[in-house]
Amino acid sequence: MTAHTLRLRLGLGLRLGLGLGLRLGLGLRLGLGLRLGLGLCLGLWLCASAGWVFAQSSTEDITQYRDMLSDSNPAELYIAAGEDKWNTPAGPKKTNLKYCDLGLGAGKLEGAAAQLPRYFKDTDRVQDLESRLMTCLSQLQGISEQSIIDAPFGEGPKKDLNEIVAYVVSRSKGAIIKVSTQHPKEQAIYALGKKAFYTQAGPYDFSCASCHSQDAKRIRLQELPNLTSPAGAAQAWGSWPAYRVSNGEFWTMQHRLNDCLRQQHWPYPVYGSDLTIALSMFMAVNANEGLYQAPGLKR
Amino acid sequence: MSQEPSDADFNAMLKRSLRAEGIAVIERMEQDTTQALCSDPAFLNSPAGKQKAEHIQQSNWMAIKAPSDGRYIGDWKRGEAIAQSGRGGTWADSGKEPSGGGCYNCHQIDRKEIAYGTLGPSLWNYGKQRGYSKEVITYTWNKIYNAKAYQACSSMPRFGHLHLLNQQQMQDLMGLLLDPRSPVNE
Repeated sequence: MTAHTLRLRLGLGLRLGLGLGLRLGLGLRLGLGLRLGLGLCLGLWLCASAGWVFAQSSTEDITQYRDMLSDSNPAELYIAAGEDKWNTPAGPKKTNLKYCDLGLGAGKLEGAAAQLPRYFKDTDRVQDLESRLMTCLSQLQGISEQSIIDAPFGEGPKKDLNEIVAYVVSRSKGAIIKVSTQHPKEQAIYALGKKAFYTQAGPYDFSCASCHSQDAKRIRLQELPNLTSPAGAAQAWGSWPAYRVSNGEFWTMQHRLNDCLRQQHWPYPVYGSDLTIALSMFMAVNANEGLYQAPGLKR
Repeated sequence: MSQEPSDADFNAMLKRSLRAEGIAVIERMEQDTTQALCSDPAFLNSPAGKQKAEHIQQSNWMAIKAPSDGRYIGDWKRGEAIAQSGRGGTWADSGKEPSGGGCYNCHQIDRKEIAYGTLGPSLWNYGKQRGYSKEVITYTWNKIYNAKAYQACSSMPRFGHLHLLNQQQMQDLMGLLLDPRSPVNE
């Protein structure tokens, strides 16, 4: 399948205004087609493997392709499914999630994601969206947090959580990122995140800063946001979670961080752990006053 | 607002947040002196930090080993394959195959490869520009072996020092950069 026919197919599919289900099928097929050879090169869109369908294409093509998709982000499928999950009784307790408090009060979703991570009194810790939703799923529906933590990405309870995340962030799209550093625990975890960001370890001496502390750098063709600058942090933090065209998957920030740490050659970060929340806090506070545009669309 | 956290708090966070997976063992978080220094940009910029950086460079320098067979220039074709491959060393890798160098992740090398990163300088025409003298050859070997011998907190991994590449792989990369017949030196 060439880039051209792929574009054509996709364009046709979208223009015909197919139903959600069909578009999901398309998204999955797209994902399969594009998955070739990704593991070898840090998950880049344009790795140099021979025979790679997009090899030698230009960044312009990619931008064009992304623009074409942008008015119909496949993340919409996840949003729709997530809205359903929010409102439908589920879990051992057979309740819905309308009493879930994401920081602005029970069931208040407008702009809530743009103000996370934040300190929650009931759990006495700073939580990001995923870890907070795990609290809600466990307290309201009786779903075990460990079952979510242990699930593979994109499967079982993690897939359910992805969909809820997509729905929740869609209700912050266009909001201004406003993450609090008032509470001492918010200040503490920001400082821990900052320290973690600069911490070098592992066989390659890598830290987050190795790749994300300068403007206008790339790995292969993948542009690297400078997460220490307000603009770079806002661009990155404000566009995740996102639908990734390269593998046809919806990734939350937890998944994104997991893959960063893999490429950093570090040990495995536990889903929703304080390290991941601290790094998110560092990014989110640096992104303050930026635009929350999630769910985004990525290569 | 961002008061420096205590080492105890920080290490406790790492301990409860990270676990071993495959070859990515938890011991990877044990820093050597180079990593410890380079994790602290504020200290690094202080006079004491700069002095420490000199020591660190010195100790990295002392640990460099010349090729045991005296051969510096290997096969540039194999070198190109090593430069292309970014595989190896993560929890998703088995650890059974030799790792790649991942050089194109950060450097332009053969300019026919357009998918190159920009974290490091361009290496196109590396030998053609610098010449093929003994000094250039030794410097390049040392740099690949342990970039921290020249700059304590260089972003470049220490390929020889930390056994990321074996001797022959480094010789082959040397060929890619410093064999006059390599396409890099066209």
